[in-house]
Order: sequence, then C-alpha cells, then structure tokens
Amino acid sequence: MGAEKKKIKLPVFLTKPRYRSRVASFSIILAGWLILEIMMHTGNLSSLFTSLLVPVCCYIVAAIGLNLNVGISGELNLGQACFMSVGAFTAVCLSGSMAGSVSSPLLRLILAMVAGAVAAAFFGLIIGIPVLKLEGDYLAIVTLAFGQIIKSLITNMYLGFDAAGFHFSFVDNKVELQPGGKMLLNGPMGATGTERISTFSAGVVLILISLIVVFHLMYSRSGRAIMAARDNRIAAESVGIEIFRTKMLAFIVSSCLAGAAGALYGLNYSTLVPAKFDFNTSILLLVYVVLGGLGNMTGTIIATVVLVLLPELLRSMQDYRMLIYAIVLILIMLLTNNETIRTWTMRITRKLRRQTNG
Amino acid sequence: MDFLSYLINGLGLGSVYAIIALGYTMVYGIAKMLNFAHGDVIMIGAYVAFFAISDMGLPLLPAILLSVAVCTVLGVLIERLAYKPLRSASALSVLITAIGVSYFLQNAAQLLWSSSTKVFPSVIANGGISSGGLTVSWLTLITIGVCILVMICLSLFINRTKTGRAMRACSEDKGASTLMGINVNRMISITFAIGSGLAAIASVLLCAAYPSVYPTLGAMPGIKAFTAAVFGGIGSIPGAFLGGLLLGVIEIFAKAYISTQLSDAIVFAVLILVLLIKPTGLLGKRIREKV
Repeated sequence: MGAEKKKIKLPVFLTKPRYRSRVASFSIILAGWLILEIMMHTGNLSSLFTSLLVPVCCYIVAAIGLNLNVGISGELNLGQACFMSVGAFTAVCLSGSMAGSVSSPLLRLILAMVAGAVAAAFFGLIIGIPVLKLEGDYLAIVTLAFGQIIKSLITNMYLGFDAAGFHFSFVDNKVELQPGGKMLLNGPMGATGTERISTFSAGVVLILISLIVVFHLMYSRSGRAIMAARDNRIAAESVGIEIFRTKMLAFIVSSCLAGAAGALYGLNYSTLVPAKFDFNTSILLLVYVVLGGLGNMTGTIIATVVLVLLPELLRSMQDYRMLIYAIVLILIMLLTNNETIRTWTMRITRKLRRQTNG
Repeated sequence: MDFLSYLINGLGLGSVYAIIALGYTMVYGIAKMLNFAHGDVIMIGAYVAFFAISDMGLPLLPAILLSVAVCTVLGVLIERLAYKPLRSASALSVLITAIGVSYFLQNAAQLLWSSSTKVFPSVIANGGISSGGLTVSWLTLITIGVCILVMICLSLFINRTKTGRAMRACSEDKGASTLMGINVNRMISITFAIGSGLAAIASVLLCAAYPSVYPTLGAMPGIKAFTAAVFGGIGSIPGAFLGGLLLGVIEIFAKAYISTQLSDAIVFAVLILVLLIKPTGLLGKRIREKV
C-alpha cells in the first residue's frame, strides 16, 4: 500500500530554498515582461496601465533594496525615498546636460542610471556612518531625519547648464544663463522639460540586475554575516563579524539600488518635483516590503505590483479608493498576525512541503 | 530684544510640540510602538473644534472639551480595533497598521469634509503684553501656560495616583504587572486616551497660531513632535517636554537667523547631532545589553 504514494522527484533548483526563491522571482519577472510586451504590441493594454509600467519597475527595485536593509540587515529605514531622490535628480541633471553630446538615448539612460546609483551609494555611505552607530527606533528616526534634510536641500537647489558649464546657487536663485542655456534644477519646482528616455525594458533589466545583486549578496559569506549580525549582534561580534562593516555593506547596496530606481523614475517624467520623494514615499516602500514579507524578494515584487495597481483598479470607486486601500492595509496586517489563521496556513504549507519533498 | 522675542515665540511653538510629543512618548513607553496615527488624531481634533466653533457657535472652552472628548474616544477606539489584536505581533506589523490607520483617518477626513482648506476662526484676542519694546501675544502666553499646566497635571497623575503608578509599572514590565493584578490592557487604553486628549488640546493651540484646517494638517506637526520625543529620549515624559521646547526654539531661531527655507533641515540636523552624542536622547535611559 505504501508504495502507492508516489514521490515526486523535483530538480534541485526547485527543492533547495536558496534556489527556489531565485527561480520564483526571476520567472515572475520574465513572465510578466513577456505577457506585458505581447499585450502592448497587440494593443490590449490601456494607456493608464502602460503609463504605470515604468513606475512599478522603479518601486520594485527600490523596495528590493529596502528589503535588503529592513529584512536581511534588520534595520528600519524610514528614508529610502531620499536615495531615490538623489538618484533621480543626479540622472535628470546628467541626462539634461548630455543631451547635446550623447545622441543615443539608451546610452544616456544607462549613463544616467549608473550616475544616479553611484551618487545614491555615496550618500548611503555618508548617511550610513552616523545612522548605523545607532540602534532600533533611534536609527529609524535618524533615517527619517536624513530623508527630510535631503528633501529640503534639493528643494533649495538651483542648477543651470550652458556653454560655459554648470551654474549653481543655493536657497536664492542667482543662476544667470547665456542664451541657449537650460535650467536643470529649479528649487521647489524641481526639474522641468526632461526628455523622457526611460523604457519598460530598461526597468525589467534593472529589476533583474537588482535581483541578481541581492541574491548573490544574500547567499554569500557577507550575506550570512549580515543575517548573523541581525539575529544576534553580540554572538556575531564574538565570532569575529564586524557589525558596522557588514551593516554598511547592506545599507550602501540598498541605497545604490534606490538611486538607480530613482534615476529611471526621474527620466520617465518631463517634470519632477523634489516633494515627490517625501516621507510618504519612504513609508509606501516600507509597506511594500512588510506586506511582501521581510527578506522575501518574490513577496516584495508581488506586494509592490498589487499595491501600486490597487488604487488604479479601484478607480471605479472614485473617492473611496484610498479609504479602501487603507482598510485593506489594516485588515491584511490584522489577518496575517492572527494566531488562528497563522497556524492554519502553517499546517497547509507543511502538508504541501511534505508532499513535494516526499 | 529680538533675541528674547524669538525665544518666547520658540517656547510657544515648542509648547505645542511638547504637548503632542507627550502623546507619542507615553504610548511608546507603555505599548513600545510608534503611533504614526497620532498626527491624524490632531487633525480630527482640529476639525471637531472648527465645526464646534464656526458651525455650532460654541464658545472656545466647550469647543475644546468637545474636541478632547471626541479625540479621546477615537484614540481608545483605534487602540481597541487596530492595535490590540497585534499585541504579540512584530513591531513592524504594528507600525504598518498605524500607517494604515493614518491613511484611513486622512482619507475619511477628505471624504467627509473635502480637501479644501478651512479657515479656523480667531479664538484668542489679538494683542498681548508689551514692556520695553518686547511684545508677547496672548496666544503665546496661553500656549506656554497650557503646556506647563498639562505637564504639572500629568506629572502629578503619573507619580502620585494609583493608576499612574500602575502605568509606570506596565511600561517597566508587563508580565510582572499582570502578576501584581494590574489590568495591562486597561492601562494601555488609558494611555491612548490621555495621549489623544492631549492631541486635541494641541490641535486647538496649533490652529489658533496657524489658522488653516485641512486633512493632512497633522502630518508635519506629527513628525516634528515625534522628533521632539526622540530628542528628549522616547518613553521619558520630562524628555518629551524638554525635547518639544528645544525643538520649537531651534526651529524659530533657525528661521530667524539662518534661513526660513532651511529651518526644517537645521532642526533635523540638530536631532542627528544630539543622537550621535547621546544615542538615547537627552533624558533617555541607557539600557545595558547583557550577553
């Protein structure tokens, strides 16, 4: 009788968790890309959804970065949007000033994204030094504070570009340009007249790159050190892990990804105001990460897509949509933390796992 | 003279921050959660006071009492419905729930009362005391007075009454408090009630100074007061008082002497500096980690 129970033999990349999570997230992204490209070419995608494709990619990449920080490294970061902001405005300025010299938009996009990522990583390094000396809620509030500081600094920057090079002024607009010059940053009005060079394909490639980076980091020696430092700081320290350095690594990679995402985001709109990347955007990213599951990249991707689309799908409800969004958010948190439902789902997953593993 | 008047204005603004910060710090002390919806309770308080004064024609004091009553009930209700089921959940889940509550209140206010700005009626007479070129408005004096009164009442309540002692016990050790026969859930509800009632008082003072009421009114004072609470050492009541006053003074000085546009950046930069020197805030307790 016992022989009747068939053992399903699965290939190694589906059984080992470290491979399974990679396969899951990569296949979701590739399948989504394929389906959406086909829908776009056959004209089945409404203009609203087409306009959401690039922002969704940006949010996914920034949220993956944040998940590395919050889920893997275990530090609550309430200022992820400021790294997006740094990336976005670096990219917009670079792209705007290169418009005459580099004609290929793709090359310009790549250069701008690299510059945005590098600039954000640099800020991550500077901000990380004071931030990572603190712990818990104090660390969270300092990331929030840096988010506010960077927002108000960018809101007060004026940058112009003409034949003589860059002109910069702070707080008061004193930039005077030669004829043919262009204002790149305009204080509270932000960047205007940006050439829109972001594409959905670039967004998908960026997601894939960020997944590869994060998974490589997670399952490497440094990744294990980061997780050890998260789980027990003192024990990790006693086996010779440098807490500050490992946390810094996660923080910089996280801000770097946010910077690249911000660059893509900034080049997707002709106007971009600094107030776009405020505390609410940071919180929104945190919501994606927590709903998707801490440390779970596939979950982050799904949660981001669902939560970006939810308000759009609720458009027929008009005024009530954000109210419903809030209620859904509260209910999800209440239900996923409910003891009865928790044991219930645990029992089901255990059963499923037993069947597949034999 | 300029310096003195800036200082007094700063103390006035700081008093409002201090009253809001008390709500944050008390809730953190007892429930160990960052109540992000606190700023939106302020907003609801402001709307209630606005309608009580301009639509129902109530005088100031009954309007404040009504606002305090509504906010107290709202605070307890939020705690019961949204936070209580998550008592054993991770801090992040509670944080996200608080954010959900905050979205909910903001959007509910927008639906009920539209997003357009309402002008809060002037409730406190203009003018004030002037002596030797220095003029202090009645509003500033009243604000500072209310803050001191609140602080005294709260300290007496926390230190001298049985309930206050029970609340302090809960914030130190919930398990032991339960064993001593303290109803922990009730203490948490009382804390939320007091915090939300204080938020209502703060909302009226805030709207008397900046007379516009809109659905996202509470966001910025909320963040500032939260900063003030951390500044003074979150969980510490004198810390919230001190942090609020200092934050207000720094903000007004930054606006007056450095730059209006950069005042927020300067306030947060000072916060970061303080936390680097004293990682648990000015009056926060340093808890030694044991192996």
